[in-house]
Amino acid sequence: MAVPRTSFFLFVLILVGAWTLQAWPQGIPGPQGAPPPQAPQQPSLLGAPQPAPQPTQQVAQPTTPPRNTLAVVVLDPAHGGADQGARGSSGIAESDVVLSFARLLRISLEAQGLRALLTRQANEDPSFDDRSKTANAQRGAIFITLHVSSTGPAGTVRVYSLPQDGAPSMTAAATPARPLLVRWDSAQQRYLDLSRRLAELIQIQMAQRFRGSVETPTAAPVRQLRTVAAPAVAIEVSSVSLPDRVPLDKMAPVLADGVARAVAAFRLVYEAGVK
Amino acid sequence: MSRGLKTTIAILCVLVVFGLITLPSLRQAIQRVSGNPRTEEQARREVMQIPISTPTDVKVKAQMYWLSATSPVSLEAATIELPLSADPVERAKQLLIALVADAPTPNQRTLPPDAILLAFYLQPDGTGVADFSDALSAETPSGIQSEQLTVDSIVQTLGANVSLIRQLKILIHGQEVETLAGHLDLSGLFPVPSATAAALPVPPAPGLGQSGSAIPSPAVPAQAKQTPN
Repeated sequence: MAVPRTSFFLFVLILVGAWTLQAWPQGIPGPQGAPPPQAPQQPSLLGAPQPAPQPTQQVAQPTTPPRNTLAVVVLDPAHGGADQGARGSSGIAESDVVLSFARLLRISLEAQGLRALLTRQANEDPSFDDRSKTANAQRGAIFITLHVSSTGPAGTVRVYSLPQDGAPSMTAAATPARPLLVRWDSAQQRYLDLSRRLAELIQIQMAQRFRGSVETPTAAPVRQLRTVAAPAVAIEVSSVSLPDRVPLDKMAPVLADGVARAVAAFRLVYEAGVK
Repeated sequence: MSRGLKTTIAILCVLVVFGLITLPSLRQAIQRVSGNPRTEEQARREVMQIPISTPTDVKVKAQMYWLSATSPVSLEAATIELPLSADPVERAKQLLIALVADAPTPNQRTLPPDAILLAFYLQPDGTGVADFSDALSAETPSGIQSEQLTVDSIVQTLGANVSLIRQLKILIHGQEVETLAGHLDLSGLFPVPSATAAALPVPPAPGLGQSGSAIPSPAVPAQAKQTPN
């Protein structure tokens, strides 16, 4: 019986060894539902406990940009799918025009060294919240929603941001590293000042490029902006009432260049944390 | 022929005669029922289209905000003579009906001609609730600017002529909607410019204080602030 008993012990030993090797990098798991074991605390010089170094626990950190870095511009071609938005008598659909604008604008922004994301790539209609979600999932983002009006002087551009309602608004510099919980319905409230600055910079560019455009941005309760937790503006080009799309298509590269320059200027404001 | 059979035939004959007599009226009733059924909104619309008149109506000079004749991207105050009630709710209804119906020219309209005010309520805290028909949403030109002009014309007209309304909620067919026509947020309350009634002073409505002052409101579109709920 000695040989089988020895074999049994050897077998158990091998099992324990294998289990120990497998468990070594993560540490030994506690019982189900119990918190993971804490690293021992070491007293600091000031007496406050400091967490001990954890040499074996290397958690891959996402490559997030430092705070106050403008990393991505989320472009929102409004409407889409069954919702064509404004529609002219000649058949121009807002949803088609803004998608073309967004694609050109992405190229111009990328030429400025910025990453650009579109909330829709084709003729689809994400909800307002889904579009906001695309922006809110990014760190260091700004949001630009693109529209074409059904009225107004043709060839002009207006830029909108949400109006101030007296609630405190944060600057980029004041934005905490770990943002406080914010209400989805009023996510834009913290960014009103920055949104206004972005709108001003874009509107100036538009006034220089498109005769008849106003020189100061307009405050309006645009639904899409309300749930964006980042500097956010709406740009509205006039209009779908044109007899054909050619004038709007001619506006697109000029608009894209102007917006990209404004965003580049805003990047300095944003990253410097200037109010 | 048995007696029972004769009785049955007699009864049937009476029934046929009775049927023939009542047939024309039955046909008329069927035609009435099978005609286009009136929806609830059509019924309310017929009532609302009639200008409202109340015992306290006094002809006053009301300040209305329509699109400017020279610049269609801004509002312009126009003074018209309207019989307005002393009761702020009735007064607001009269103004909004006039805003739809009495635009100087079709190009100066800010609300679609088919838009109907279905109801208007005023809460004690000064919150007005205007309930419009679907036409307001469906026929307002889509766009941030055009939708903002529509809302501004409503709030500025109310602000200029009804002093008790502090803020306004807009409903479409009794429902809260996300946007007016795809852009402007209707989920919140629009601040109404403070009491700037241009109309002549009117006697106070029972239990509701006095309405009316004489300071005109500027013709610049209001910044329609929105307070998310």
